[in-house]
Amino acid sequence: MSSALLIEQALNGLQFGVMLFLMAAGLTLIFGVMGVINLAHGSLYMVGAFACAAVAAYTGSFWLGLVASLIAAAAAGAIVEVTVIRRLYNRDHLDQVLATFALILIFSEGTRWVFGSFPLYLDIPKVLQGAISLPGGAQYQLYRLAIIGAGLVVAIGLYLLIAKTRLGMRIRAGESDREMISALGVDIASLNTIVFALGAALAGLAGALVGALQSVQVGMGEPVLILAFVVIVIGGIGSIKGALAGAILVGVVDTMGRFLLPQLFTLFMQPSQAATAGAAIASMLIYIVMAFILAVRPKGLFAVNA
Amino acid sequence: MKRIAAAALMVGLTFAGQAMAEPVKIGMITTLSGGGAGLGIDIRDGFLLAIKESGNKDIKVIVEDDAQKPELAVQIADKMVQSEKVDILTGIVWSNLAMAVVPGVVGQGTFYLSTNAGPSALAGANCNPNYFNVAYQNDNLHEAMGNYANTANYKKTFILAPNYPAGTDALTGFKRFYKGALAGELYTKVGQTDYATEIAQIRASGADSVYFFLPGGMGIAFMKQYSQSGISTPVMGPGFSFDQDVLGAIGDAAIGVKNSSHWSKDLDNAANKKYVAAFKAEYKRLPSLYATQGYDTANLILSAVAKASVKDKDAFRAALKEAKFDSVRGKFKFGNNNHPIQDIYVREVIKEDGVLTNKIVATSFTDHQDAYAASCKM
Repeated sequence: MSSALLIEQALNGLQFGVMLFLMAAGLTLIFGVMGVINLAHGSLYMVGAFACAAVAAYTGSFWLGLVASLIAAAAAGAIVEVTVIRRLYNRDHLDQVLATFALILIFSEGTRWVFGSFPLYLDIPKVLQGAISLPGGAQYQLYRLAIIGAGLVVAIGLYLLIAKTRLGMRIRAGESDREMISALGVDIASLNTIVFALGAALAGLAGALVGALQSVQVGMGEPVLILAFVVIVIGGIGSIKGALAGAILVGVVDTMGRFLLPQLFTLFMQPSQAATAGAAIASMLIYIVMAFILAVRPKGLFAVNA
Repeated sequence: MKRIAAAALMVGLTFAGQAMAEPVKIGMITTLSGGGAGLGIDIRDGFLLAIKESGNKDIKVIVEDDAQKPELAVQIADKMVQSEKVDILTGIVWSNLAMAVVPGVVGQGTFYLSTNAGPSALAGANCNPNYFNVAYQNDNLHEAMGNYANTANYKKTFILAPNYPAGTDALTGFKRFYKGALAGELYTKVGQTDYATEIAQIRASGADSVYFFLPGGMGIAFMKQYSQSGISTPVMGPGFSFDQDVLGAIGDAAIGVKNSSHWSKDLDNAANKKYVAAFKAEYKRLPSLYATQGYDTANLILSAVAKASVKDKDAFRAALKEAKFDSVRGKFKFGNNNHPIQDIYVREVIKEDGVLTNKIVATSFTDHQDAYAASCKM
């Protein structure tokens, strides 16, 4: 096994992790501040991807599409918060799960109604096409490097927003005691809408970035949503730092598992059996990791209010 | 002119109506929502087009969505057989769903005609007289590409497929005819959309060609990522990976790729020309091979209905087996295990009038039958 291959796989893991972070950051913020389990987060990811594909197809510019994805997802998030989520703050989690599950169905069928069932085409922008050579002889797809870069910029931006700004202070205050900050005169209703729209915009950004790499289709958000939940459970619900750590852990473990386990199994099995068995175990690996972490730290790696 | 044509059509309809007075109830279970919906919608549209063209008013088609979930497909099948009392079931796209539904349904004496899935488990020892596959046996298109890989002089092919019955059938089929060595063999998760890990391994393997079977959105994602990875190793796939439903989303990266299929839009026969034009007129898009399988299945049913009553199971079964219908594939017949014996072609992706599509460049097999037919005792 060459070092170039290892470097490439490590970068793949990092890129996958960064993408998961964009999803998980919004999810964990929304849960942390509002206490809402938002299953429709994957739909916002899909909204971002479709907005980007539609605008890019219409204008011919991926970058305009990217801006559109942020606006569309944030707007969809704000509308959902005002019309549906706002009524759920004081209900129990089962009601929230039911209502947001209904939102998934509404978003999916609505998108199918507007765009049809066939996947949309969204291409990588010209400047980011192709692969580049890395030190050590590895070749790597430029666009994936760009995703890693974008994800890290967002992570730093979120850190600054939450640690250094007034809005961030309110978000942190909201996480620790909702009643108290509304008693202190903070307009908690608009804070909620802003946080929800922010989370939605991040999901939309992830959807648009990944849409160019994969396929833009109805139902694309749900598989990512499940992983994003694993990430926030590992990282500690409500913690952005935890979401980052959890996302990168899940990304690297999943990628390396898919890569190394089948090879490990070939040591004592026939290649085709090893490939099947290795693939099966690899798909379970992140859940095994999650179970281990929860056994040692039941509230996750960076538990808020621990 | 138009009026005359319409009048002629009306006369045709009345005659057709008189000839087949017996009502026939067909249940279609297919995937109309979720990531795999494009395939099911094509099957449904192709099927309904043929029914509509026939003008046969005695055929009632009930369509339901299985959402690509085996448990849901089983529920719908039970409902259709028990309470709707359908005579024929059809429509399933995915092999894992077919495995969940078909054995139970044909066991109860209902006919099942497969419009796509052809799992090996139903083609060999467990074949059933009430189960007809109008599409292909899962291995077939892959066998054709394995055969083509020899012709193209590939010696070190990297192969990958999703980890489910059709995926393992696919790679088994490819290996059955491919004579070179394997640079690697991978099974990915069903529904996986990121193939960075696999692409890195292809790069490191030193393969001279790549063969992949990734239907629907999986294939789109793979091709887009592969074309951006800087690897220039040529890829091949079965027709599913490069058919009309996905080509638009893959984009120009697909141009020049060789793929195998039992049908192509440019097949030179009258039935096919009429079908392609009619499909375009009705749905404003080009048909895919899934739509074609739906269309052929409906025409097979229509041909059998014209000959025998569906209530007379033995006569109807014999009429189905005869397969006397104008297949858009040119020629079509059933083998002993009720799976097709047909030609399989190699196609190349081209751009025609600004639309990506396929044209036939070679014939890989003539009158090809699946490898499991021998173990079927029918």
